[in-house]
Amino acid sequence: MSGANASPTGRSHQEMPAQDQIVFTDVSKFYGEVLGVNKINLKIAPGITSLVGPNGSGKTTLMNLMTGLIRPTRGVIEVLGTRVDDPENFYRKVGYCTQFDTFPKGVTGIGLISSLLRLHGLNKKEAEARAWKAIEQARMTEAAERRIAGYSKGMRQRVKLALALAHQPSVLVLDEPLNGLDPMARAESIALFEKLAEQGLFVIVSSHILHELDVISDTVVMMSNGYIVAEGEIQDVREEMSEHPIGIIVRCDQPAVFASRAFNENHVVEIKINDDGGGVLIRTRSADQLYALINQTVLELGLTIEGVIPIDEDVHSIYTYLIGSNGAGRL
Amino acid sequence: MSANFNTWTSQAMAVLSFELRKFRSGRKWVFPVLLALGPISLATMLFIFGTRPPDNSEITQVFAVMFQTFMLRLMVMFGCALVFAGLYRGDMVTKTMHFYMLTPTRRDVLVAGKYIAGLLITSTLYCISVGATNIILHSVNGSAVAQSHFFEGPGLGQLINYLAIVVLACLGYGSVFMLTGFLFKNPAIPAAFVLVWESANVFLPAALKQISVVHYLQSIIPVPIPFGPFAVITAPASVFTSVFGLTVFTVAVLFINAHMMRKAEINYSAE
Repeated sequence: MSGANASPTGRSHQEMPAQDQIVFTDVSKFYGEVLGVNKINLKIAPGITSLVGPNGSGKTTLMNLMTGLIRPTRGVIEVLGTRVDDPENFYRKVGYCTQFDTFPKGVTGIGLISSLLRLHGLNKKEAEARAWKAIEQARMTEAAERRIAGYSKGMRQRVKLALALAHQPSVLVLDEPLNGLDPMARAESIALFEKLAEQGLFVIVSSHILHELDVISDTVVMMSNGYIVAEGEIQDVREEMSEHPIGIIVRCDQPAVFASRAFNENHVVEIKINDDGGGVLIRTRSADQLYALINQTVLELGLTIEGVIPIDEDVHSIYTYLIGSNGAGRL
Repeated sequence: MSANFNTWTSQAMAVLSFELRKFRSGRKWVFPVLLALGPISLATMLFIFGTRPPDNSEITQVFAVMFQTFMLRLMVMFGCALVFAGLYRGDMVTKTMHFYMLTPTRRDVLVAGKYIAGLLITSTLYCISVGATNIILHSVNGSAVAQSHFFEGPGLGQLINYLAIVVLACLGYGSVFMLTGFLFKNPAIPAAFVLVWESANVFLPAALKQISVVHYLQSIIPVPIPFGPFAVITAPASVFTSVFGLTVFTVAVLFINAHMMRKAEINYSAE
């Protein structure tokens, strides 16, 4: 299942040349006899792409493959036209905030980032300037000169984010970047991801905190047991799931009137007036047709609409439909 | 090509600098430094409490035995095993190898930087140890006798030879132990095998003798020592063969190291 993906630049995957995308072609990865991911065919355009799936679904494997930390057993991965066999070009384009929560002993935040920036060919002064800029972006300035060993989980997460950003990559891969962050820091990080995506970067994020990513994701890739089960813009994915009706609450002044109109529509499968009498829950196989019906009813009967709220057009609900309660329960 | 070479050089230097910082900041330095301090402490004890041999030739012989048995076959070898085997495997065990692997650095440049760091650490530590031990031992009969030994006798030449052997040993053992770090999850077992093999070298048949680093170092040893009645005597290789052979051997092993690094994957859960 795949939606018609459009990047923030307005171009669909099909229109974009392969060297402007991240392309997985028939990629599989096995750890001995254990499946990591299987038969992945995927194109990722600029913008924010969320990887969604329970533990063991293959999200981290997919990210490690994308960033060259592991090699595919079969298939080819190209990131903006470059392969990992060419590390000198590949890693100038890619920044990866890994899930590994380990650091070399005795180093400070700024020391780690500036030392590793020297490997990008920068001299000491340039490396330090870039490192400080990245540290500021990740809002770690005050603790930058302290040893990482004394950092909290959230601070370590921010240092990893700063490190991934420091060399100004075009592709930013973030494995659970919101883990360990307090709500304020999570909001700041999400705002940063949005800003980077607006600048044309590829931001690929995996997270368990789905409702926060929902809002900002351009595309979602849903994984289960090493396979991609759905991919595309979140609304498109939802709309293609005709076997699972969408729930929409219509808050209005005459819910009974609207319910009677909706009752005659073939796409409507369930109608329930709210207990408070101020709205009606409708489950439909076609959200577009329901929205058209709302407009028509307003025009014809003069209803006052206070709100139209899709109740399950989020990643978690879609994942639950696709994978079932067991899979979703571990999200 | 020149621009590339400059980039590779600066990247190798950056790896070197980061490795030195890690060596200093962590506790990796403790055992290699303790090993280096061993002979110095022994020489100091002899200097303070030991009976003083009447002339320098006897002291030279004592040092030669100490160098070949303890310093070369234990201190340098074991120290190299500790430092070089950890260059790759240590980063895998501490789950920090990915920091390097995510940089735009050729894998062979990464190997070169790490290897040079190991070479610098071990050569410096063990050259200081050998030099200091030699000077302390030759100073037991006073500074005038020591000065005469070093500047009018064979002392300085011998010392330079010993230091060259230490550097060559670090060069050869370094590449071998770095490779064991790539090939084995627990490099202690192959390292122990190499230690035993090299230590038992004098008792091996001539053909097997040649498959060891210590055999090629014999020709540069300034003061030979008897290894007892069970030692197998063979003609030592020429100085040229030794130095050239060891260098070619080291480059070949480093080439394999670079190949391993190119194929390396970061899968810490398999460690």
